[in-house]
Amino acid sequence: MFAADFDYYRAGSVAEAGRLLAQHPGAKLLAGGHSLIPLLKLRLAAPPAVIDIGRVAELRDIAIEGGGLRIGALATHAEIARSDAVTEHAAALAEAAGQIGDPAVRNRGTIGGNVAHADPASDLPAVLVALGATLSVTGQGGERSIDVGDFFTGVMMTSLGEDELLTSVRIPSTEGRGTAYAKFSHPASRYAVIGVAASIALDAGPGEGVCTDASVAIGGLVPRPVRCSAVEEALKGRAPSGEALAAAAAAVAQDLGDDLLGDVFASADYRRAVAPVYVERAIAAAVGQATRA
Amino acid sequence: MSSRIFGSRIRRREDPRLITGSAVYTGDIELPGMAHAAMLRCGHAHARITRIATEQAEAAPGVVAVYTGADTEGVLQPMPCAWLLPDAELKIAPYPCIAKDVVRYTGDVVAVVVAESAHEAYDALDLIEVDYEPLPAVTDPEAAARAGAPELHAKDINGDDISGNQAFHWTVAGGGDVELAFAEAEADGVVIRERILQQRLIPNAMETRGAVAQYNRATGELTLWNTTQNPHILRFLCSVVTGVPEDKLRVIAPEVGGGFGSKIAAYPADFATVFCAMKLGRPVKWIESRSENYQATTHGRDHVQDVELAATKDGRITGLRCTVYAGMGAYLSTAAPGIPTILHGLMLSGCYTVPALKEDVYGVYTNGVPVEAYRGAGRPEATFILERLVDMLANRLDMDPADVRRKNFIPKFDDGHEVVTTLNYDSGDYPGALSKLLEHTDYRALRERQRAGPSNGKYMGLGLTSYVEICGLGPSQVAGAIGFQGGLWESAIVRFHPTGKVHVFIGASPHGQGEETTFAQIVASEIGVDVADVKIFHGDTDSTPMGWGTYGSRTTAVGGAALALAVRKIRDKAKVVAAHLLEASVEDMDYEDGRFFVKGSPDRAKTIQDVALMANVAWTLPEGVEAGLEATTFYDPPNFVFPYGAHLAVVEVDARTGHVELTGYTALDDCGPQINPTIVEGQVHGGVVQGVGQALWEGAAYDEGGQLVTGSMLDYALPRADQLPDLDVISTVTPSPHHPLGVKGVGEAGTIASTAAVYNAVMDALRPLGVSRVDMPLTPERVWRAIQEAQGS
Repeated sequence: MFAADFDYYRAGSVAEAGRLLAQHPGAKLLAGGHSLIPLLKLRLAAPPAVIDIGRVAELRDIAIEGGGLRIGALATHAEIARSDAVTEHAAALAEAAGQIGDPAVRNRGTIGGNVAHADPASDLPAVLVALGATLSVTGQGGERSIDVGDFFTGVMMTSLGEDELLTSVRIPSTEGRGTAYAKFSHPASRYAVIGVAASIALDAGPGEGVCTDASVAIGGLVPRPVRCSAVEEALKGRAPSGEALAAAAAAVAQDLGDDLLGDVFASADYRRAVAPVYVERAIAAAVGQATRA
Repeated sequence: MSSRIFGSRIRRREDPRLITGSAVYTGDIELPGMAHAAMLRCGHAHARITRIATEQAEAAPGVVAVYTGADTEGVLQPMPCAWLLPDAELKIAPYPCIAKDVVRYTGDVVAVVVAESAHEAYDALDLIEVDYEPLPAVTDPEAAARAGAPELHAKDINGDDISGNQAFHWTVAGGGDVELAFAEAEADGVVIRERILQQRLIPNAMETRGAVAQYNRATGELTLWNTTQNPHILRFLCSVVTGVPEDKLRVIAPEVGGGFGSKIAAYPADFATVFCAMKLGRPVKWIESRSENYQATTHGRDHVQDVELAATKDGRITGLRCTVYAGMGAYLSTAAPGIPTILHGLMLSGCYTVPALKEDVYGVYTNGVPVEAYRGAGRPEATFILERLVDMLANRLDMDPADVRRKNFIPKFDDGHEVVTTLNYDSGDYPGALSKLLEHTDYRALRERQRAGPSNGKYMGLGLTSYVEICGLGPSQVAGAIGFQGGLWESAIVRFHPTGKVHVFIGASPHGQGEETTFAQIVASEIGVDVADVKIFHGDTDSTPMGWGTYGSRTTAVGGAALALAVRKIRDKAKVVAAHLLEASVEDMDYEDGRFFVKGSPDRAKTIQDVALMANVAWTLPEGVEAGLEATTFYDPPNFVFPYGAHLAVVEVDARTGHVELTGYTALDDCGPQINPTIVEGQVHGGVVQGVGQALWEGAAYDEGGQLVTGSMLDYALPRADQLPDLDVISTVTPSPHHPLGVKGVGEAGTIASTAAVYNAVMDALRPLGVSRVDMPLTPERVWRAIQEAQGS
């Protein structure tokens, strides 16, 4: 109900946030607060200091850059969901952001906070993996970029340094590709029981086309988002018809590994069994988008 | 004003303050010098306390005092149980406000901290050291009743042994020989058997519970602000527990943000708060967190039911036999014993002619939160039994479920019908309700569509419920006979001010039902004042007359009748005064829409406002007529009222994942004449959704150690708007023959009907897959597993 005592600092800029992080070991960054505040109030987290970056204006922008997208860490889920730029250049991301929590959560929660928190049941990590995003971070050691595939290291664990701040998410051009997200939403938390993102390219030939490239990632039921290479391989070079899609989706079994998450609502076995349904939905929708592209 | 205000869809006058945040809840009460309390909940399902050390907490910043069971023992009397179920071997276990020796569920209070701020009080909770010796725990009611189960209580309050955790054993039997009916059905008919789990539910009022207590040492007067549905009952119970005389006790229910039954009971934490205020001579506030609400505020349902239906081969019901283990939780809450018995078993024959019936209900102590009334309170659990069995009978005989219902309905009646449980239903047309529902929804076309088979792996299902429920609790004589430790009448004071404005004081305590609006409509329609000129006061025991509270869909049915009769008394007196002013005899007077006039001369009239002014200034009044225009009524209903209806749920089940989608829902309810149809529809919407929640999403789960697994809204799934179709709400109107306004009650109807309708629909969808039973809530995994098992994979 009440957080344990902590010191509160408000950063006016990225540089100031970086300084404060360096000065206060163990401090937590506060952006939208929708993951951190509940943890504080339940006393599952008790950091000595909280550094509020919520008003750092330079982190809010969503921009088209070099054919791809650069999304500031403080862009909210609602802003991403309704952004024309995101809808056009990374439809799966807009779709996923629009399914997070409820309107109140989407109006406050940010992409940076979501990604840095690395909750396995979050929607965005799998989408960013499928889209091949790069994360820009800054810290005492200067700025660096992290490939999203190297970012998530485990349940609520990332390769972000103690003194580092995630500043933006870059998504390469999806020109000519179709992207989509399919979700099994937990009825209480609205987190992903299973979330699948797909980005698919078809050749431009006549007829229904052949899949020339596929990038598929799954989250929710695994400790960190997993790239579904077996699904991708099964898609590549084939016409994405009903049966081929179903066969490709079934291949997710080879991608999931043994370490699956389960809870009182949906066991790990059940999630494994129905995962292909959501993979199929995501890839079918992405194919549909690609056809229209 | 016209009498047409009765039945009009005026907007709820409560809403502006609720929507704009200007309503004042218990949590908003601020008093000079107020301190804040926090409760230390034990966190153990069952354990012996071996040591409590409070010194560190006492020394913490801002802490004023720390109290434990050693402080309250002998000062606070045990929590009373107020429904002393007769002929049921009722064993009431001692229920201390603060546990001293043994804790029996995770929400048991073991200490209370009072500090200058709530934050400091909560901080200090972590500094109290308690050593526990864990004891084995049991949370399943049937398991708790088995030999060898962990025993919660050795003795009851009278010193008698409690064995097998049995709190009571209650039986209802009626009609012919039920054993014979089953023997005959076994030989030459059909017997349907089912095991039904009515899972534990968490009520989830928007406002959690809380209390503010202020004690005046000089006068010995205590004021308690509390989130209660029944302030007058709470005053009585508070007096019993704290020893403060009733005349020095004032209970105020400020704005109360929903209850659904969870704010009927008196709670240990409230009296612990009172104890602190009395001990310290300072006002003390305690507000429950949501996590605490889940751990300590009463839950609902929790039945394990073994049920059997006997019928002829052509689908006529001949007998009903049930055994129910009803989880009571760790202690008997205020009204708990009456819920799975009187409010459940007596309604077991529903809308049907059931020639023979028997039910055994075992109330069982378990290591869970005490179970109380939850919207519908006993009736959803009864309706579900019958409506599920009727559908199963239809399946067995390959009949349409609607036809089996038609075959067994009690025929239409309009002035009393005694059923097998001895209740006398007031009025109803169950066949008519179902026919109208089927016609309205084009049921035949829906069945056609279903016959076309699954599309895209999705199976369509239709589910019906025909229900009748018991509302308007009830005649006080009956209350006495069934062991309810109070009356069940309601009261109203109607006071006209000189300008013709009206103040109404009622004993009932609305907390979301909109009766400030509908009661003003009753007054306006009965005496012709503008509805805006009527103000309704409730919830303060110092200013309102005695009343028994808002629950059981009784406030409009009982309190509304009291109000109408009080206004009619005013009208009678006003007619005498008006006759005097018009120099006419009372017998010659006529009344219409707030105007009194000599028959045939409506143009020369005295308005109710004219009369109110003269009655108040009293310059000239008829001989023997007192000044003032005010009336008080105590209305004790001659019988319960019995609303009824028929609901249809349409679902689609995705066989690949087990996901259920509710694609359509139509509710037909008959609650008699509707004072405000918009408010009626709102009640139906909320009720239906809560019942759908039980069918599809909600369920409190304890692990083997008795820890609540669904301890927050991250895990406990409440229904959300985007999971629901537009609800189609229709009605018929059958007045109650014995009620002054003919009204019945509608607060719980939706919940009573919808759980069974949705469950039946899902089982109807799964029938081609060979599934007929899945435990609620019907989560995707449960449905999927049932399909896998039935398909033999």
